[in-house]
Amino acid sequence: MLLLQSYNTRLVVLGTALLGLACGLIGAFLLLRKRSLMGDALSHATLPGIGIAFGVMVVAGGTGKNLLGLLFGATISGVLGVLCMLAIRNTTRLRDDVAMGFVLSVFFGTGVAILRMVQTLPGAQAAGLESFIYGKVASMVFSDIILISVVAILASVTALLLLKEFTLLCFDEAFAASTGWPVLRLDILLLVLVTAVTVTGLQAVGLILIIAFLIIPAAAARFWTHRLPRMLWLSAGMGALSGWLGASVSALFADLPTGALIVLTAALIFLISLLFGTARGVVPKLLDQAKLQRRIGRQHLLRAAYEILESMGQPVSNQPIPRELLLEHRSWSNAELVRLLAHARQEDHLEPETGPDSSMIHLSEPGFGEASRITRNHRLWELYLITHADIAPSHVDRDADLVEHILGAEMVRALEAELRPRPVIPKSPHHIEVR
Amino acid sequence: MTWTSYDTWTAVIGALCALACALPGCFLVLRKMSMMGDAISHAVLPGLAIAFLLTESRASVPMFLGAAATGVITAVFTQWISRFGDIDQGAAMGIVFTTLFALGLVLIVQAASHVDLDPGCVLYGALELAVLDTVRVGSMDIPRAALVNGGMALLNIIVIAALYKELRLSSFDPGLAGTLGFSPGLLHYLLMTLVAVTTVAAFESVGSIIVIAMMIVPPAAALLLSRRLLPMLLISAAFAVTSAVLGHWLALAVPPLIGFQSTTTSGMMAFTAGVLFVLVWVLSPAEGLLARRFGKVSQTAE
Repeated sequence: MLLLQSYNTRLVVLGTALLGLACGLIGAFLLLRKRSLMGDALSHATLPGIGIAFGVMVVAGGTGKNLLGLLFGATISGVLGVLCMLAIRNTTRLRDDVAMGFVLSVFFGTGVAILRMVQTLPGAQAAGLESFIYGKVASMVFSDIILISVVAILASVTALLLLKEFTLLCFDEAFAASTGWPVLRLDILLLVLVTAVTVTGLQAVGLILIIAFLIIPAAAARFWTHRLPRMLWLSAGMGALSGWLGASVSALFADLPTGALIVLTAALIFLISLLFGTARGVVPKLLDQAKLQRRIGRQHLLRAAYEILESMGQPVSNQPIPRELLLEHRSWSNAELVRLLAHARQEDHLEPETGPDSSMIHLSEPGFGEASRITRNHRLWELYLITHADIAPSHVDRDADLVEHILGAEMVRALEAELRPRPVIPKSPHHIEVR
Repeated sequence: MTWTSYDTWTAVIGALCALACALPGCFLVLRKMSMMGDAISHAVLPGLAIAFLLTESRASVPMFLGAAATGVITAVFTQWISRFGDIDQGAAMGIVFTTLFALGLVLIVQAASHVDLDPGCVLYGALELAVLDTVRVGSMDIPRAALVNGGMALLNIIVIAALYKELRLSSFDPGLAGTLGFSPGLLHYLLMTLVAVTTVAAFESVGSIIVIAMMIVPPAAALLLSRRLLPMLLISAAFAVTSAVLGHWLALAVPPLIGFQSTTTSGMMAFTAGVLFVLVWVLSPAEGLLARRFGKVSQTAE
């Protein structure tokens, strides 16, 4: 970026990118454990500790704003919150979301009450204490970067060293417990990592950004892959990218809040992933569905044509079919048939003189071949279902239709072997009405 | 410690607000969406900002409408993202509310940097100040917050009573509710609208801490005491009112005991609810820690 010459900007960009990296990594595990809002609960749960640490330091004679002291208080109360949450979850019927909500609201409420009390201590200067929770991204200093880097590296290394254990914890907790893994201790360790990242990030970038960092990159990465290691890299990368981009953009527009811009950048990345992610994105899913619909439509058209040709005389030969017969055969509307015929033309299944609107439909040679192949597949399935799944011949048409469109060549060969003594294109096991 | 008529009103407002929140909260807890109150109370910021930009004033009606609309949008977006993206509801909620909050911050800074629209003030609220803002009804000065929250509590009771059967069915078995023609989707959005309006009405007058706490803690405690919906709703309501009244009393009584002047009532109400929850958690006759610990003996003896 052009504006990275400024020392302060470079610090902010580096700090937020590192934090995004660590949060992305840890957040991926939280997402898989369905505990994404843990960051939310934890960052609120630090407040009582901050209040008490502040009070103790004021009584001991300081200003009460020693960073290490506040961090210590925040960590203790965050860890207490985590333990409280795990205790509720493991000893009652209540689930994760209730346990997190309990910790969030009760700890935060208590924290507000404590803060209000200690602020009245003689000698206390509590002004600005709240920025400990709401953050001050743009005024990050060198010591913040050191702290963030150390915690980010420690958290990432621990997470990667315990990758196998955490994976097991995320995907099959019961199995992990039954094979003797210390599930509770692993769970606590994972949440301690979350606490470490949250507490360090909190005073540097604020509550909302830390919550967003723990959720959004992980959720975005989930759309691109089904494999955990790749998801971890992607999530860490997206976290770092949104930190870097958001902080750089906010350097261009000086009056906009940096934290908010980073969240919006992450949200944009999420939106793109939600729409276009190759593994679970919405658009690829819709395209796949459209493709399947088109294939099913093509197969229905060709099979209908073949069944009509069958009724016109044996041996079956390729000749023009009146459009009305085709329309009635599967009760298509005219618009649907026009669309199907247009698709069939694109795939050269119709003779060139046959348009979507012609009154006589004539299959091309490849179209006729494809039609007999599809009809054969359908009949094979029907026979298989009648023989091996005890489905009545009068009902088998529909059931076969449900599975046949995804029939691979290998499956067809297996079916043929199963039904060897049949003719090349078996007769339909049920009556086909062609008027 | 002296208990004045202000304290009575503070306790009444707190209790009404707690009641209004605890009732829909039961359904949130049953639907694994307990963090919705928290999400909505953060997400309303852009609604407030846009209402302010459009009307150029801090009048409470447009602000309320803006906030309530954003609250409903939060619920709708959460539902969409979790359905189309196949993500768990908590994560979807987190994505929506952090994004909306960030958007709200940008809007406020962009267009109204000269105006005092402090996010901290929106989130904390001030129950103590709500008492002073009174409306004359008949021969009495009643705090506006008491009317607003009382109205919300009444509305929630009416809606839940009217749709009790449908809400119960769709909370426990959305599939069956759908087959019977109850439209779980419509009920879901109705409930979410109720939650959004309750949240906004409550935190506009008393701050978000009470809202978040009272939507989760009383229903959670009630769930430990009963496995049936109607008792759960009643216990949860009683629990909420008790923690509010007791909380205000403690806010007056505790600080002098440990050598401080005063504290915030809303914080103490959340704290009290937490303490009461822990009591239930330990002592609940059917599922409490003690019952679990010593109940095993009698179970094996049978």
